[in-house]
Amino acid sequence: MANITSLRCRECSREYPVQAINVCEYCFGPLEVVYDYEAIRKVASRQRIERGPFSMWRYADFLPADYNPRIDINAGFTPLVRCYNLAKQLGLKELWIKNDSVNPSYSFKDRVVAVASAKALELGFDTLACASTGNLACAVAAHAARAGIKSFVFIPSDLEAGKVLGAAIYGPTVVAIDGNYDDVNRLCSELAETYKWAFVNINVRPFYADGSKTLGYEVAEQLGWRAPVHAVVPAASGAMFTKIHRGLTEFADMGLIDGVPTQMHLAQARGCAPIATAFEEGRFVVKPVKPNSVAKSLAIGNPADGYYALKTIEASRGSGTVVDEDEVAAGMKLLAQTEGIFAETAGGVAISALVRLARSGRIKPDEPTVVYITGNGLKTPDPVAGVVKPLRIKPTVASFESAMAARVA
Amino acid sequence: MQRVRFTFMGNMIKQPVIFHLGRDFNIVTNIRRADVQENIGWVILELEGNEAEIERGLNWVRSLGVRVDPALGDLIEG
Repeated sequence: MANITSLRCRECSREYPVQAINVCEYCFGPLEVVYDYEAIRKVASRQRIERGPFSMWRYADFLPADYNPRIDINAGFTPLVRCYNLAKQLGLKELWIKNDSVNPSYSFKDRVVAVASAKALELGFDTLACASTGNLACAVAAHAARAGIKSFVFIPSDLEAGKVLGAAIYGPTVVAIDGNYDDVNRLCSELAETYKWAFVNINVRPFYADGSKTLGYEVAEQLGWRAPVHAVVPAASGAMFTKIHRGLTEFADMGLIDGVPTQMHLAQARGCAPIATAFEEGRFVVKPVKPNSVAKSLAIGNPADGYYALKTIEASRGSGTVVDEDEVAAGMKLLAQTEGIFAETAGGVAISALVRLARSGRIKPDEPTVVYITGNGLKTPDPVAGVVKPLRIKPTVASFESAMAARVA
Repeated sequence: MQRVRFTFMGNMIKQPVIFHLGRDFNIVTNIRRADVQENIGWVILELEGNEAEIERGLNWVRSLGVRVDPALGDLIEG
């Protein structure tokens, strides 16, 4: 049994039994999972974790759902890569990339959906659903396929069909809604109340969100049971950002690491930066925006966890960085060409934020730093399509050498 | 029934928008949580009434320059 006791409102602290709800009936505040930390403390140890599976389920003691092989597509325990070339360019001594682009459906969403799916089965649901324009849809459809249950993916009808190919291949019912972004939001809210489905980021959101804690646990374990001094994280709703920090602090509270010196740095692109802008303007009220960014996976104009992300920045003495739209592709290319990692646009945002933080001296050379890469570049190749510039030659050595000479010149 | 978040900027903070929404559109407004500061404020509230009337009322609120969003943030994700 998962080591959890209840759900609790993050605003008024009212408690609810464990069930598929995400909002406090009194103040409409978001609910979060309450853990039995005494029970966790009795069993958790480095050795127990190290004996676990090579997936995010090695941290099952800390998750709100029991391990269920029926939904397990082997999410998590992705590589933490030491980056010497990029570090040298930026004058840093210890730089790491948490490469979550190599998850089974190629983004960190596999972590949150793994927990949501396991909990959904525990709670008796036979259908998964989500509203998504990309990564989340892929993760939901993949987990539903593995579990042998139905899934529904709702998309705006103006989304190019190819954008959901990575989800459609798993066989969900894809529903294109003839309406704008607000219409899709409203309809999905109504559907979540009407149908007895597990809408992963609506009625099972408290469990779903905690899947991202594993991004904190893994980095701590992979660094040799320590937390980094800096974490640079791309943000959309802000949930993953807060949960990475929660994962690190839980490990410290359980005595698995010595402490959490980690300063949390949140990164967003100019075309949709409601959280980072609030930080820059020194306020905790997030002003919603209409997204217009090349970083589509970060395009949440009204972020559910924006306030909590700002509180995490404050608590960790971190920061928020807004990078320009043209820095997104530049960041993708920089990471690919220095470290051989092809990140999606969100990764370009994170790398460009790292560049700014390093060059400004905010990250000092000897401070261990981890950058989170949360999705695969093959999902969003358009912004870097210009890198394809082949040398055109005749099928002769002379032609090749002529082309090379011209290139050098 | 709808749960929405209004975000007020600048001078709109001083306007009795929610009062007019209830009185002029035959909508029951029920404020659950709010944070109003000097230059920006938000209110999370429940709206009950005829669906078309709620939509008409929300369009009027938007026309004033008040931002209307789902109470718990965007549900559609990347």
